[in-house]
Amino acid sequence: MGGRDATMVLLDENGIRCDGRKIDEPRKIVIKAGGLKNADGSAYIEFGDNKILVGVFGPRDVHPKHMSNTDTGILRVRYHMEPFSVGERKRPAPSRREIEISKVIKEALEPAVMLEKFPRTAVDVFIEVLQADGGTRCAALTAASVALADAGIPMRDMVAAIASGKVADTIVLDVNNEEDQAGQADMPIGYMPSLKKITLLQLDGVLTPEEYKKCVDVGVKGCEVVYELQKKALHEKYFGNRGN
Amino acid sequence: MADKRKYVIPGDVVTSGPFRPEQNVILEGNDIISTVVGISEIYDDSVKVIPLTGKYLPKIDDLVIGKVVSHTSLSWELDINSCYIGFLPAMDVFGRDFSTHSDELSSKLKTGDLVAARIANFDRTRDPLITISDRDLGKIDDGVLVKISTSKVPRLIGKKGSMIQMIENGTNAAVTIGQNGWVVVACESAEGLSKAKKAIEMVNEKAHIANLTDLIQDMLNEKDES
Repeated sequence: MGGRDATMVLLDENGIRCDGRKIDEPRKIVIKAGGLKNADGSAYIEFGDNKILVGVFGPRDVHPKHMSNTDTGILRVRYHMEPFSVGERKRPAPSRREIEISKVIKEALEPAVMLEKFPRTAVDVFIEVLQADGGTRCAALTAASVALADAGIPMRDMVAAIASGKVADTIVLDVNNEEDQAGQADMPIGYMPSLKKITLLQLDGVLTPEEYKKCVDVGVKGCEVVYELQKKALHEKYFGNRGN
Repeated sequence: MADKRKYVIPGDVVTSGPFRPEQNVILEGNDIISTVVGISEIYDDSVKVIPLTGKYLPKIDDLVIGKVVSHTSLSWELDINSCYIGFLPAMDVFGRDFSTHSDELSSKLKTGDLVAARIANFDRTRDPLITISDRDLGKIDDGVLVKISTSKVPRLIGKKGSMIQMIENGTNAAVTIGQNGWVVVACESAEGLSKAKKAIEMVNEKAHIANLTDLIQDMLNEKDES
């Protein structure tokens, strides 16, 4: 998939990765809050070559009714990849992978969103991946949290996410598609920067305990970089050039 | 009184120390954290954040504009631009001697009617209970509905009602503002109506501009001369 060379060197002797980044350098990230008129809140993120659009509705009443909870609101997340988001056409029906990622993102957002303020309602998050290039779940989670803030849903903290991983025996930040395919480990991390709490941690691959610790540290540092960009996006929309 | 206004987003520490957390803030350890995008205000002993976005959440005693969506034999259901539907019992309209046999609900309020109402009661376990038995409340017979963002309602009212008074005086229109972001404009002249509508929409779009009052005043004067 993708147009890049398959026989590339993942990490050269100068510590430069296959797409020219240093080991602790994330891809270029652009976040924009708002943009969708009909959604209550929305966000668009470009995370390297990932392009993801998120729309949030709610709080609104729950249909079907039996899903509602009298104690708290519920969060529903749909992660969906467009048929044209990957090299070969993806069938548009939700796949096993998409259902799983929807659940994972939902559970990563739940600690942040204060749903108990809206009993008997639902907050719906729709994530559309327009273009995928590895690390979509982190990018989607990052954008979803901006969209939720844009919708005015009370949150304890933003959730920033990025993946760290192990490529050519080195711990790197922000694993791209090639590194994910050929690398040794991939660890997506969702993090609440002000509360200093991790809400998402997955690991695909094998790491030693030391590598694991380093991987988490690198990922958390990366999340703080992402957080600054989330902050910037919301400030741009709501405060223009004023404010801090 | 309120000093140290700050632009905040969810997760931002507004301040630390012995403050009472009020609207849209939570206490986390010793820090007061904002939960919404908004403007923080620190008072002598309390902290709150004025939200810039978000849906209307009913509050007891709020004046709202509702739209009748349906009725049962005992009550009406009102769309009040919130995540909950407003519940208006028939007894509130017909009085104590209301009877399901003799009174027909659709004779008073039909689906689609606009109502100026007050939130009589609301808690997290039930839908908001609405009343129209008060002065200035009840069915709205004429006027145009303008929908604005809930967070811009205080801006439209202005300090001690200054903004809305200016619009009313400038256009001869009667404006009813619901806290839920629905506004009804009634005016005898078509010109005044469209001007008042335009002014309200302008407040909605440009709420963040500092000298908005002057801008609206200019707009209201402008057309008088032409």
